[in-house]
Amino acid sequence: MSDSEEQPGADVVLEVRGLTKRFGPVVADSEVTLQLRRGEVLALLGENGAGKSTLVKMLVGLLRPDAGEIRIGGDVVRLRSPRDAIGRGIAVVHQHFQLVPVMTVAENVVLGAEPTRRGLFDHRKAAAEVRALSQRFGLAVEPDAVVQDLPIGMQQRVEIIKALYRGAEILILDEPTAVLTPVETDELLRIVAELAERGVGIIFITHKLREVMNGTDRVVVLRDGRVVGDVATADTDEAGLAALMVGRPVVLHVDKEPATPGATVLEIRGLEVDDDRGRLAVRGLDLDVRAGEILGIAGVQDNGQRELVEAICAMRPRRAGTVVLAGREVEGLDVRALHDLGVAHIPEDRDKHGLVGGYFVAENLVLNRFDQAPFSRWGRRDFAAIQRWARQLIADFDVRTPSVYARTDALSGGNKQKVVVARELSRESVLLVAAQPTRGVDVGSIEFIHQQLVAARDRGVAVLLVSAELEELFALSDRIAVIREGRVAAVLDAKSATRETVGLIMAGAAGH
Amino acid sequence: MRPAWVRRRPPPALGVAAALLVAAFLAYAIWGFRAAAVAGFAVRSCTPLALAAMCGILCERTGVINIGIEGQMLLGAFAGFFGAAAFGVVFGVLAAAIIGALGGAFLAVCAVSWRVDQIIAGAVINIVAMGFTTFFYRPGFVIGSLPTWQIPLLADLPLLGPIFFRAQPLAFLTFAVVIGLQVTLFRTTWGLRTTAVGEHPGAADTVGVNVARYRYGNVMLGGALAGLAGAMLSVEITGSFDRAMTAGRGFLALAIVIMGRWRPMLAWTAALLFGLLSGLVNQLNFDQVIDVPPQFVAMVPYGTTIVVLAVFSTRVRPPAAAGRPYP
Ligand SMILES: Nc1ncnc2c1ncn2[C@@H]1O[C@H](COP(=O)(O)OP(=O)(O)OP(=O)(O)O)[C@@H](O)[C@H]1O
Ligand SMILES: [Mg+2]
Repeated sequence: MSDSEEQPGADVVLEVRGLTKRFGPVVADSEVTLQLRRGEVLALLGENGAGKSTLVKMLVGLLRPDAGEIRIGGDVVRLRSPRDAIGRGIAVVHQHFQLVPVMTVAENVVLGAEPTRRGLFDHRKAAAEVRALSQRFGLAVEPDAVVQDLPIGMQQRVEIIKALYRGAEILILDEPTAVLTPVETDELLRIVAELAERGVGIIFITHKLREVMNGTDRVVVLRDGRVVGDVATADTDEAGLAALMVGRPVVLHVDKEPATPGATVLEIRGLEVDDDRGRLAVRGLDLDVRAGEILGIAGVQDNGQRELVEAICAMRPRRAGTVVLAGREVEGLDVRALHDLGVAHIPEDRDKHGLVGGYFVAENLVLNRFDQAPFSRWGRRDFAAIQRWARQLIADFDVRTPSVYARTDALSGGNKQKVVVARELSRESVLLVAAQPTRGVDVGSIEFIHQQLVAARDRGVAVLLVSAELEELFALSDRIAVIREGRVAAVLDAKSATRETVGLIMAGAAGH
Repeated sequence: MRPAWVRRRPPPALGVAAALLVAAFLAYAIWGFRAAAVAGFAVRSCTPLALAAMCGILCERTGVINIGIEGQMLLGAFAGFFGAAAFGVVFGVLAAAIIGALGGAFLAVCAVSWRVDQIIAGAVINIVAMGFTTFFYRPGFVIGSLPTWQIPLLADLPLLGPIFFRAQPLAFLTFAVVIGLQVTLFRTTWGLRTTAVGEHPGAADTVGVNVARYRYGNVMLGGALAGLAGAMLSVEITGSFDRAMTAGRGFLALAIVIMGRWRPMLAWTAALLFGLLSGLVNQLNFDQVIDVPPQFVAMVPYGTTIVVLAVFSTRVRPPAAAGRPYP
């Protein structure tokens, strides 16, 4: 045993020893040991299902460990609830924010520990507190803004301020950048650095190695619930981390032949679509996607991408324009009819539109054809066939699940994503609409999903790819359409386009 | 600075109330006595509805849908009347509040602790209340209705005086409850937390707000108010008890909650509109301006409810967690 374990230095704020958590036969975390120092940014890295989120849940009192201990400032603590944890100075920002949408930033921040004046809620003081915190830590927010009107990146900041207001000294961020735009991500990394500067210890979970390299001091790598690496970020590089994580070298770029596009499969003219609040989000958009090509959609978030995808997939009514699929106007067809015409869809929000959480993994894997042979005969489902098929897909796509009969919502985030991708890619289709197909997926699996998307293209599928990651767009696309304010601002050849031009057009630079 | 969940939907309560008032004064100037009669009828018939609606607001704002208001009112009317007949008015009124709160406790146990479907739990309250009060009902008791109190000076105001300052005790209590709830919901930490619990219980829970405790507390408090609304019908206004005497008022109250967008003052205004409408039809019928069978006059509030719900319920948004158990 080394010295530092015998007598943790005064600056160790959090220490975890031998922490273990089992779910039935699944060992999610196995004797995890790590230390977090004051003012340190610690990256927690690992494949999908490696046990990162489970570890976090134990640290914030959402799950009880089966073995091991958690020490805060040297004292062994038992955390029974997030309340307990925040009382000890540990706060977490989950991917699904815990904010009341109809209340203001200030109200959300102080909720549960409100300032009062003469027995009444002191709204002015609350706003002042928020303003003070946002100045001290460089987190610009408007205290009187209503949370539901704020973009995701802003809401995340509110969560961070909420943690700081409660005196958090240890802040855990579970895949905070998965839902952020690149600009918001940079901003978050800046904020994280600022917080660390002021002494907050931060655990940062991400699948993006670039963020690990740019924004963290030390990396702990988990594989199958065990710590397999604990290194200073400066002593490693992306390839090294990827290999440590997956246990083999990972190819970080995609090999693909030039596309051989065929006939136009999807033809959109003058499309207009409203967003949830009834404002025009897609405003007269024209787009063609041809068989055998990947058309990438680039754009700053909230420029009509979501509405475009939902309109194509019959999940949102359109206001004007035509959408022609393989020579046929699809106006009035429902999701099912489109699906029968050969449209596959990887939705952006897997939990809301991609999966039925209470179903078995196997059932979710055949959700797009449970009623067809061989999965259904004479109206009876054939479980043997479903199970065989599910086994195959689980192996192909490396879905980490205890069995085909596990409940889908017990899977880790990235593994759920793989279930959706596997299902949609496993059926022959004419058009594949892929929105953020690798959200929350680890680098090894990203590699595989990318290969599969290219393979679909080579089989002659028209692929419409929407991604917030420029990397991904450039790696996969044959053409890139830049969308801005609900219109296509430019369509570029992916080989000759550069990130700078795409970035400039996205931002609305003159000339386009 | 008003908190956000007030500011976002500027309450038209004041506007509507002002318009009503102006109209009432005009009518008063022209028809004098009749307008006062209509207005008086309106307030008397709307007050139990308003109090019952406060129950609905309290429950739904913490995330529990209470369709058992009708049953709680009936229990309150029953316990209030027989309590008053046996041990005096004060006892009766207290008994009404307590039995209403017990109904609320039952709903809370079902909805919060046992995660039963809230509609079913509410329906159970209604059925049990109906059966219980009918079974134990004994005809032949009578007590007098409650006295009317006057607030000196204010009671002599033209039109306003007889409406707001010359009323029976529980009506005064209702005014106080409505105003009190308006203030506490929108100005106190209790109100902030109640809103949070009804909109996003997860968020409230992680910052240390005890969701179950808030739901139990508010649903029981609401039940007590519904019980009092029932006592208002039996003890205060008529001085008698009848089988099923609430006659669907608990359901009207739910419609009023929606019309009032889950805000106390606005709901009160909505209730007043209901009352005015029936008052008007009543008076017209009485004066033989129109001649419809009394059954149809009695239908006015229910018909209005259908129209109102058809128009309003698609445009307003209930608390996001209403009807959903937590966790
Ligand atoms: N509630 C649960 N019931 C059963 N098994 C679970 C439960 N939660 C997690 N697991 C299992 O524990 C393992 C670790 O999951 P965890 O969510 O910690 O992974 P992760 O590292 O966060 O992955 P990702 O990168 O995909 O988010 C997985 O195999 C998962 O299936
Ligand atoms: Mg996770």
